[in-house]
Amino acid sequence: MQRRLLAQTVRLNITLGGGVDRQRYWEHQKQEEDKMPLNSKVAIINLSSGEITTKSIPERMRRLYLGGRGLGAYLMYNYIEPGTDPLGPDNAVVISAGFISGTVAPASGRTHIGGLSPLTGGFGSSNMGGYFAPELKFAGFEHLVIKGASKKPIYLWVHNGEIEIRDASHLWGKDTYETQQIIRDELNDENIKIACIGLAGENLVKFANVRTGPKDAAGRTGNGTIMGSKKLKAIAVKGTMDLKIANPRKAIEYAEKAKKQILSTKAMKAMSEDGTSYIWNVTNTTGLLSYKNGQTNKFEDWPKLTIETFKEKYCTGMAGCFGCPVHCRHQWRMTSGKWAGTFGEGPEYNSQAASGACWVNDWEAVLMQAHLCDIYGIDTREFGTILGAAMECYQRGILDKEATGGLDLDWDNANNLVTIVPELVAKREGLGELLADGSIPMIEKIQQRYGKDASYYIQHVKGLARLGTEERPTPSFALGVATSTRGCDHLRSRPAIDLFHLPEDFLKELYGGYVSGDFTSYDGKPWQIRWHELLYTVVDSLGLCKFQTVFFSPHLPQYKEWCEYLRYITGMEFTPDELMTIGERVYTLERMFNYRYAGFTRKDDRLPERYFKEAVPYGLPVIRGKRLDRKKFNKMLDEYYEHHGWDNDGTPTPETLASLELDKEPSHQL
Amino acid sequence: MSKVLVIDVEKCTGCRLCEAVCSTVNEGVSNPARSRVKVVRFEWDGLQVPTVCQQCEDAACVAVCPVKALTRDEALGCVRVNYELCIGCRVCMMACPFGAMSFDPVNNRVIKCELCDGDPACVRFCEPGAIQYVDTSMADMAKRRQLGASIFRAIGKAEEEFLGVR
Repeated sequence: MQRRLLAQTVRLNITLGGGVDRQRYWEHQKQEEDKMPLNSKVAIINLSSGEITTKSIPERMRRLYLGGRGLGAYLMYNYIEPGTDPLGPDNAVVISAGFISGTVAPASGRTHIGGLSPLTGGFGSSNMGGYFAPELKFAGFEHLVIKGASKKPIYLWVHNGEIEIRDASHLWGKDTYETQQIIRDELNDENIKIACIGLAGENLVKFANVRTGPKDAAGRTGNGTIMGSKKLKAIAVKGTMDLKIANPRKAIEYAEKAKKQILSTKAMKAMSEDGTSYIWNVTNTTGLLSYKNGQTNKFEDWPKLTIETFKEKYCTGMAGCFGCPVHCRHQWRMTSGKWAGTFGEGPEYNSQAASGACWVNDWEAVLMQAHLCDIYGIDTREFGTILGAAMECYQRGILDKEATGGLDLDWDNANNLVTIVPELVAKREGLGELLADGSIPMIEKIQQRYGKDASYYIQHVKGLARLGTEERPTPSFALGVATSTRGCDHLRSRPAIDLFHLPEDFLKELYGGYVSGDFTSYDGKPWQIRWHELLYTVVDSLGLCKFQTVFFSPHLPQYKEWCEYLRYITGMEFTPDELMTIGERVYTLERMFNYRYAGFTRKDDRLPERYFKEAVPYGLPVIRGKRLDRKKFNKMLDEYYEHHGWDNDGTPTPETLASLELDKEPSHQL
Repeated sequence: MSKVLVIDVEKCTGCRLCEAVCSTVNEGVSNPARSRVKVVRFEWDGLQVPTVCQQCEDAACVAVCPVKALTRDEALGCVRVNYELCIGCRVCMMACPFGAMSFDPVNNRVIKCELCDGDPACVRFCEPGAIQYVDTSMADMAKRRQLGASIFRAIGKAEEEFLGVR
């Protein structure tokens, strides 16, 4: 049975019929829309009752939150009540396209997905590339707030202002590739873009992701799990509606200029050749990548996994996300071996590093690990770390063969393991059952079942598993990871340019404050981290790609350029300072979210103990022997809170909230 | 001498920036459905093909148009639609072998590439160079050079094998 529900913006031109009325309708529509920058709407979908309402986004809200991650955070704060069970019907999954997604601004195809995270209990937030966000905008929507839970599997069909809830019983149990193709066949349109979950999401694996296309995934914090708990298998979108551009001629001119600026940097040139994997050689030769769950930062076999080898053996071409001139995604196909015929896109550096963390030294195993995680809908980052942690527990005798369901978790068996365990995790079988709930439950399970303490080896921040990068020699990276609003994560603030030894006067001009040019220093780093946090918040709110702002190069577009985009595309005037304030507002709101739902304060802005106790054994002389100094780290935290206007416990002060107009939240204005 | 659009499918990354740019330039809005150029993607095979009007010399659309709304602009080397005459019958869409005639769902009329009056915006934005606007005499050169390079590679390989270098 299919319930067919029409949203408020049903295409009236059909119901109105003939010429005159249609003309009048379009004129009326035009007048209404002229009042709002861009014309995308918010849809509130209740899966329990089947009720759907749509709302326009007033300019006032744009001024406060832009769109994408910013407005998404606002919607989460307003639509999720404190005390909600992350897997209960009251949780919401908020799918957001960026403010300028789908326009000519280069790389504007990012989708942001959020909800109360089942993994951390706090702010769940994840970003993916691909074509989903632009298609959602062309279908007339910018944000989908999905609440309630269905009794049987369903999927949403979003099409030109219409939202339909459709049966998905036949899709339940299908992998993320099959699901997308079945929906396309069913709706008879190959251009439909689909965000869906795999087996992991259905089985409520806590780090299940949301997937679109062959590769893109909103991986972290378990948004796929929330979708699974709602029995929401997929969201299919297709749209042919206009995205109004305020000044098309200037927008084109400016986009062309911005495109040239982006491609003039060496970092972006390297990315268009090698993808994110271009940093593999650098991080391995310097010692900035950690292996064996953080026990070492030297991997003799890294030359086996270079991007050059990959390109020679497996790569079939390059692909780009929507509107991206950089195209950093590899397409690959295996032509021989036991996995011959397997096709995929990627892998990203992070997936490569994730399997590297488990001591994998075979390209095909790396590709298969990423591919299997993709089809089952598992976050590759979380998977790699948690498997690595289990392997160290095995090494230390905390887990034995009985506990692992008969699997040999020896480091030398890694090539084999990474291609077996994804399925076990997705189906919650054997070892998979131990891993499937994430870091904190895994520590508890080991404590309960075997009476052993594994908390030193199962490393996480706020419940999100640690990264594969080595943060001990770089205090700035470590501070960013500790304070990130979604748990252990680099994409909230990573100042990659900190490694470049840039001159200090240049840094002062860029950051508007003192930042040490030495990456091993603790000086000025809290200011740097705050600056990057605000920048990345704004870039996510606009729906642009983080790599195309100050991430790998200081010469990429940032606030000044975005003000121009906004002027020509949306017709709204912003100053760089105003955008920064929006960044601060959104980041503080995320912080409040964490405080309100999970009680996160300073005690949770912590790092795994290993960061302070064990020194990095190898690497360049400036890196070797480094570990974090607890006293200096705490001093950095003090400074960091002060820069944000939060108290010493890491909670925003009433004055800060008032100055950011957050003191009346949740204000239910949308 | 007029110029033509040349498409190299192997270079296309499927980013569809051309679609956003085309609709913005020609319609003032971003909407791939109203773009003259469209990228066809075969997602599971890793293939993407930009498709656009080939501006045929003896065009089927021109021949079939019952009201002679389609005419060839010899100076620019393109086929243009005269909307004063066009009755919106879409027969040109039926006749075009490439699907290059599209129907604009907003203005309810057929749309086709008219080469942006000699400065195609898609070309300016296509970074990989999958769509290029070159002199007619140069239209075949990219492929010829490709062939040349592969012949050299083949000869080199044969020599290596012959000399036992490999």
